[in-house]
Amino acid sequence: MEAFSILAQAGSQITDEGLKAANAAGSAGFAYGLAAIGPGIGIGYLVGKSVEAMARQPEAAGMVRTTMFLGIAFTEALALIGFVVFILIGL
Amino acid sequence: MLALEFPPINEILRWRDVIDPVGLNKVALIGIAAALVAIVIFLLAAKQDGMAAPKGVRNLAESIVEFIEEQIIMPTMGRAGLGWTPFLLSLFVFIYLCNLPGIIPIVYMPATARIAIPLVLSLLVWVVFIGVGFKHQGISYLKNSLFPPGVPGPLYILVAPIEFISTFLVRPFSLTVRLFANMLAGHILLVTFALLTEELVQGDSWILKPVGVLPFFMLLFITAFEVLVGFLQAYIFTILASVYIGGAAHPEH
Repeated sequence: MEAFSILAQAGSQITDEGLKAANAAGSAGFAYGLAAIGPGIGIGYLVGKSVEAMARQPEAAGMVRTTMFLGIAFTEALALIGFVVFILIGL
Repeated sequence: MLALEFPPINEILRWRDVIDPVGLNKVALIGIAAALVAIVIFLLAAKQDGMAAPKGVRNLAESIVEFIEEQIIMPTMGRAGLGWTPFLLSLFVFIYLCNLPGIIPIVYMPATARIAIPLVLSLLVWVVFIGVGFKHQGISYLKNSLFPPGVPGPLYILVAPIEFISTFLVRPFSLTVRLFANMLAGHILLVTFALLTEELVQGDSWILKPVGVLPFFMLLFITAFEVLVGFLQAYIFTILASVYIGGAAHPEH
């Protein structure tokens, strides 16, 4: 976040550290954005299919819900690793 | 226009030690408080007469135990897993009570947003499920988990290392990161919207003051969302622990 204020002053002077921080901020944004694409699609598909299954067979809703949460947990892990990378290089 | 300066990550996560030589800070205190609250609730519940209709604290405790048995153990391990209720119950209650302070005013810090508690808990689960695997299947646990049946022979060169990494290395890592990153993300979101509200309402610009209502409602919404997330993460952690233990107890067919 400091990188943006550094960027704002960059018109007058560009230092090596400022450039480095700006690059880090930029790539942190990319890291999280890219990491969120796949899991976003995956969770959407997963929950959509689960709702379909629950609507089709309401008596199996409990089982479907448990499996859905398991699937979400595994899919979501990828996005969260992206978030951790975002924190590690960005802040 | 706005002098919004987001504090460095250390400022919103690192706390001074309350008692210096021990290194007991806010996060550790929350952890201790969570353990104590859980112990007190269940001790009080255990004191009541089990034959009479449950009321008060026993009602709460019984509904939690029933939730663990019906929603977590039965779908994943079946009847044979009911012996794991105490372990999974303490995991669930402890994680939930550690997540909850993230939205309690004044405290405002989920103890699981620091990696220490998730890491220790997932290492515990890791040790337990590997121990269960060796206890129930002996040394063939390694064979069963590294060489799943139904794969064409030559593919085992590929499958065995992948299975090794995903079972013994990625499982504890993903358990840790899932809980930790979820709670940290929620904490950062709360900080962001609280800061935005403060900056807009207390800023110099008169035009922007009413706009401060928007991030405030977002703050309220995220607080409500965090209640759900705290519960869901405790549930997911426990159910994954249950799946891992159940999978180690019985080999795949």
